[in-house]
Amino acid sequence: MMSIALPIPPAAPALGLWQRLGVTLYRHPGLQLGLLLGLPLLWFLVVYIGSLATLLVQSFFTFDDFTMEVSRELTLANYQQLLQPANFDVVLRTLSMASAVTLASAVLAFPLAYYMVRYARGWKKGFFYVAVMLPMWASYIVKVYAWTVLLAKDGIVYWAYQHLGLGGVVDWLMTIPLLGGNSLTTSHLGRFAVFTYIWLPFMILPIQAALERVPLGLMQASSDLGASGAQTFRHVILPLAFPGVVAGSIFTFSLTLGDYIIPQIIGPSGLFIGSMVYTMQGSIGNMPLAAAFTVVPVVIIALYLTGARKLGAFDAL
Amino acid sequence: MKHRLHVLACAAACSSMVATPLLAAPPTALGKPEGKLNIIAWPGYIERGETDKNYDWVTQFEKNTGCQVSVKTAATSDEMVSLMNSPNYDLVTASGDASLRLIYGKKVQEINPALIPSWNTLDPRVKNGSWYTVAGKVYGTPYQWGANFLMYNTKLYPSAPTSWAAVFEPGKLANGQPNKGKVQAYDGAIYIADAALYLMSKNPKLGIKDPYELNEAQYAEVLKLLRQQKQLTHRYWHDVTVQMNDFKKEGVAASSAWGYTINTLQAEKFPVEGVIPKEGATGWADTTMLHAKAQHPVCAYKWMEWSLNKNLQSGLAEWFGSNPVVAEACKTKAPGGSDFCKSNGFDRFAQIRFWKTPVAKCASQGNCVPYSRWTSDYIAIMGGR
Repeated sequence: MMSIALPIPPAAPALGLWQRLGVTLYRHPGLQLGLLLGLPLLWFLVVYIGSLATLLVQSFFTFDDFTMEVSRELTLANYQQLLQPANFDVVLRTLSMASAVTLASAVLAFPLAYYMVRYARGWKKGFFYVAVMLPMWASYIVKVYAWTVLLAKDGIVYWAYQHLGLGGVVDWLMTIPLLGGNSLTTSHLGRFAVFTYIWLPFMILPIQAALERVPLGLMQASSDLGASGAQTFRHVILPLAFPGVVAGSIFTFSLTLGDYIIPQIIGPSGLFIGSMVYTMQGSIGNMPLAAAFTVVPVVIIALYLTGARKLGAFDAL
Repeated sequence: MKHRLHVLACAAACSSMVATPLLAAPPTALGKPEGKLNIIAWPGYIERGETDKNYDWVTQFEKNTGCQVSVKTAATSDEMVSLMNSPNYDLVTASGDASLRLIYGKKVQEINPALIPSWNTLDPRVKNGSWYTVAGKVYGTPYQWGANFLMYNTKLYPSAPTSWAAVFEPGKLANGQPNKGKVQAYDGAIYIADAALYLMSKNPKLGIKDPYELNEAQYAEVLKLLRQQKQLTHRYWHDVTVQMNDFKKEGVAASSAWGYTINTLQAEKFPVEGVIPKEGATGWADTTMLHAKAQHPVCAYKWMEWSLNKNLQSGLAEWFGSNPVVAEACKTKAPGGSDFCKSNGFDRFAQIRFWKTPVAKCASQGNCVPYSRWTSDYIAIMGGR
C-alpha cells in the first residue's frame, strides 16, 4: 500500500481491487508494458531466437566422417563444405528457382491484382477474391500430386499441346539444358510451373492491398497533366504499388527457398536446400552440416529483407 | 509410509535410468507386463484390422498380455532413426540401413533371445544376421524381409531382362527406342550398393566381396557406373506413388522397385513384372529392436515373442509383400489365400544382399568408404556432377 501514496480524502469511497490495480498500472507504465509483452516476448526469445541460436552454434560442431558422430569441437569445416561444387550447386539451384518463381509470380500477379482493384465490381470482385483464396484452402500435397498427373506424358497438358499442334515446341523446350528434362514432370520448367502455381496467391494479395491504397485522384491528375497510360503506370502506379510487390516477393521467395516437397515430387533429380537439410539430418545424422545449410536461407532472407526495407516494402505495413 | 515408498521407488527407478543401458546386461527374467507398448513401424506393418478386418495381429496380443499397443508410423529409415531419439518408444521395426546406425548410436539395447521362446522357430538363414548382430550380441528380433526387384514393363521387355544392365547400361527397348530416359534409379545413397552388386559380377577383377564394403578403388568404379546411369535416368524415384505414375503415364521401362509396387500395379492390370536378375538383388531385412531406454520392456519382449507366431508372419507377408522369418509361415494360410512365399521370393534368400549401413571399419577388407561419403557423393551424382 505504501506505493500508492495518494492523499486520499477521507470522504472518498474505498477503492475496489480492480480500481487499485488500475491505479498501480497507471502509475507504473513499465509494469504495464511488462505484463502485456512479457509472455509473448519470452515465447519469442526462447522459441524463435533461442532455437535459431542453437542452430547457429550447431553449425560449428564437428562431424566425424568415420564414426559418424557429432562432437562439440568448434570448426569452420561445415561452411567450407558448403562451397564444395556439389553442395554449392544445391544452394545455386534453390536460389535461382526462388528468384525465377518470384519474378514470374510478380508478372502474373500484377495485372490480375490491378483488374481486381480497378475494374472488378460487385459479384465479380467477390468471385476473384474467392478464386485467389480458394486454392490456398486445398491441401498442398494433393495439389502437388495432382500436378504430377497433369504434367505426365500421357497427361492433359501434353494432350492439349498435341491437339494445338505444339507437341514439337514442348519437345524442343525439353532439350534446353536449364529448362528441360525427359518430360514436363521431370523438367525444371515443370517444377517452376508448380512452384509458381502454389505460391501465386501469396503475391496477388499484397499487391492487391497496395493497389487499393493508390488514390484514384492521383491517376486522374496524371492524365489531366497529359500523361499517357504507360507514363501513369510507370511514374504513378508502379512506384506506389511497388512495396506490395516486394512484400509479396518476400513470401514467394522465402517459401520457395524453404520448400522440400515439390523438389522431391516434380522436376529433375538434384536436391534443394530443404531436401539437403532433411537428408543430412535424417539419413546420416550430420547435424552440423544440416545446420550450416539452414543458415544459408537465413542469411539470404536477411539480405533480401534489408534490400526490401530500402525499397520501402515495410513502410505500408 | 506411503511417501517413503515413493522415495524408495524413485531411488530404484531413477538409478536404473541413470545407468547406461548398454553396459547393463539384458534381463534374464521377465516381470509383469506394464500394460502399454509404443512401437515405431512402417505403414502397414502392424495392423489392427482398421484397414481390412482380416489383417489384424494386434487385438489378440492385447487380449493375451494386457499391453495396449500404440503404433507410430514412419515413412523412411531416417525418420525412424530421428524418432528413436525420443525415449517415448519401446520398439522400432528397423531396416538394415537403420539398424546398425541405431546400434552404434546406442539408441537400442541388446536383447536376451532366451526370453523369446519362439526364437528357435526362426528361419536359420536370418539367425545371427549381420544387420542386427554385432560382436555376438543380439540387438532385436527379425520381423520380415524382402527384395528390391527389377521391375519392368512387359510391353517394352517381352522377355524378362536377365541382368541389372537393363538399368545401368545403354540399350534398346522392344519398340526399337533406346532406353535413355526410360529407366529409374532409387534416390537414396544406399542405391550405390545396387551398382556395386552389378559390378561385382560384371567386373570380378575389382574384387568386390560385399556391395556394402567398398574400398577407394572399388568405390571410384562404382561411382563411374552411377554417373553413366545418370545419363540414362528418367528420374531418381523417391515416392512409390510417383513411381507408379511414371510407369503408367511417362513410359518408364525398367527400375528397381519394391514388391508392394509391383503387386499394386499388377492389381491395376498394368503390364509389369518383377525379377531378381542373375546378379542377385539388394533387399531389406527388418528387425524389431528395443529402445535403449524402453519404458515397457516386458510388453516389448512379449511383442517380440508374439511377432514370430506363424499366423502373424503369414498374414503380414501377404499384406506387405514381404517374406516371413519363420519358415513354417509359408505353409500357413494367409487371409487372402495367396502363395506369398513364392511371389515374394522366399527361396531366393541366398541371392539377396541385405541393406546395412556402410561403415569405415568393415569386415571384408579393413578400411571402407563410410555412409556419410556415400550420401554426399550420391547427392552430387543426382545433381549431375
